[in-house]
Amino acid sequence: MQTPASFDYERATSVEGAIASLARLGPEARVIAGGHSLLPMMKLRLAQPEHLIDINDLEAELSYIRDEGGEIAIGALTRHVDLLKSELLAQHFPVFRDAEEVIADPVVRNRGTIGGSLCQADPAEDLSAVCTAVKAKAVIRGTDGQRVVPMDEFHVAPYMTAVNDGELLTEIRLPLFPGAGSAHEKVERRAGDWAIAAASAAVWVDRSTIHDVGIGLSAVGLTTVHLKRAEELLRGKPPSEELFQQAGQVASEDCSPMADGRGPVDYKRHLAGVLTKRALSRATARALKQEA
Amino acid sequence: MEVSININGQQVSRDVEPRMLLVHFIRETPGLTGTHWGCDTSNCGACVVLMDGKPVKSCTTLAVMCEGHEIRTVESLEVDGRLDPIQQGFHEMHALQCGFCTPGMLMTTRALLDENPNPTEEEIRTAISGGICRCTGYKNIVAAVKWAAEHESAGVRQEV
Ligand SMILES: Cc1cc2nc3c(=O)[nH]c(=O)nc-3n(C[C@H](O)[C@H](O)[C@H](O)COP(=O)(O)OP(=O)(O)OC[C@H]3O[C@@H](n4cnc5c(N)ncnc54)[C@H](O)[C@@H]3O)c2cc1C
Ligand code: FES
Ligand code: FES
Repeated sequence: MQTPASFDYERATSVEGAIASLARLGPEARVIAGGHSLLPMMKLRLAQPEHLIDINDLEAELSYIRDEGGEIAIGALTRHVDLLKSELLAQHFPVFRDAEEVIADPVVRNRGTIGGSLCQADPAEDLSAVCTAVKAKAVIRGTDGQRVVPMDEFHVAPYMTAVNDGELLTEIRLPLFPGAGSAHEKVERRAGDWAIAAASAAVWVDRSTIHDVGIGLSAVGLTTVHLKRAEELLRGKPPSEELFQQAGQVASEDCSPMADGRGPVDYKRHLAGVLTKRALSRATARALKQEA
Repeated sequence: MEVSININGQQVSRDVEPRMLLVHFIRETPGLTGTHWGCDTSNCGACVVLMDGKPVKSCTTLAVMCEGHEIRTVESLEVDGRLDPIQQGFHEMHALQCGFCTPGMLMTTRALLDENPNPTEEEIRTAISGGICRCTGYKNIVAAVKWAAEHESAGVRQEV
């Protein structure tokens, strides 16, 4: 029987209260959101927090997806199921629906949250790639106020983020620019499994050239891979299958997968390339409204 | 710590360690052993119960997190000797063999029909994709859900 080691439990009744508790209890305290990454880790003793602060009662403060004019704001406690169903997100960033359809299974999606996903910082986690592609920013709050961190600075190491002890991730912000299209492509061994490899792409097309682009990869590096060199290659050029093929080539060169039960290194590199190309094609078709 | 959870409409209280998982609370405290405990790693779906009407994996939920929420288990399906249409559907369409996955499948598909009374085959397959059945090959489970959807809309509740 797997049971976590002992800990003290408290339920936060406000964001401020949660932050105060985190600050008071120090490094041995952890937030629990959906618990679908943390509890499995605690069962295996990969995590052994002495205090858990349950933020599930903070839905009023932390669960929302809204258009704030110029950006979409997503509360950290927003669950996968709500990201999947959001028409607002599907309209502006269909990459979220693509990803949510293949993250875990519907029952897990009823509990898991975007905040928990990003803070877990598992390199195979899908939403980190999505947020990297769409150039999301993370809002982190502590006792001294809040700061806004771009995704590149959010993931600092495997399973480590910019959220320090005593801080809470409260919101994800997605900047809105015209001409956007986005898509997520994933290959997994079976329904509901983690990715063997996955690619998220967002493009912003202006007068038939790629004005800007973002690409993030899951499961092919120590952290989420941000494909900056491929983005450089694409920027300012007219979109074409040949160009996407080249970007895919760069993707397979610039990732650093490890061999494991999900596959050998060369296969994962191959997937990174193919999935990058596919995600770029689909994102561009959506930007150009060529896809239903 | 003292925790009080509404399970199938009854308030169940007990002094537990915060680390107690919901699945064990349900099985040990009111003794409702219909909820099965399988993989323990949130992969098989045998432990699925409804939390405020939504299916969740009770092996990956702490009991203390459920205070103030309504939990519904497989034991709540049959009412006054009458099977829920979803149970009847599993019976009619032979949707179980060993029965280990069945409580989770029943609760997952009960929630599906509550939200979507007339699901397509694909919607049914997606809904149950968090559950593993080693016996049936899923075909008859899908048929059972369809049976339940059809008979439910006709308002039938069969006697056991
Ligand atoms: C069977 C299974 C399959 C899965 N498959 C996939 C998959 O294919 N792709 C995928 O991307 N994910 C997958 N997941 C992970 C799933 O998406 C998790 O729900 C998610 O990673 C964590 O979200 P959570 O809310 O459950 O976080 P929790 O487990 O509650 O927390 C995770 C970590 O984040 C911290 N944390 C949570 N919220 C905050 C916050 N607001 N501020 C600061 N720290 C916070 C916690 O302290 C903890 O360290 C799977 C999970 C399971 C169980
Ligand atoms: S026992 Fe909970 S999912 Fe298998
Ligand atoms: S009936 Fe045996 S596992 Fe499903």
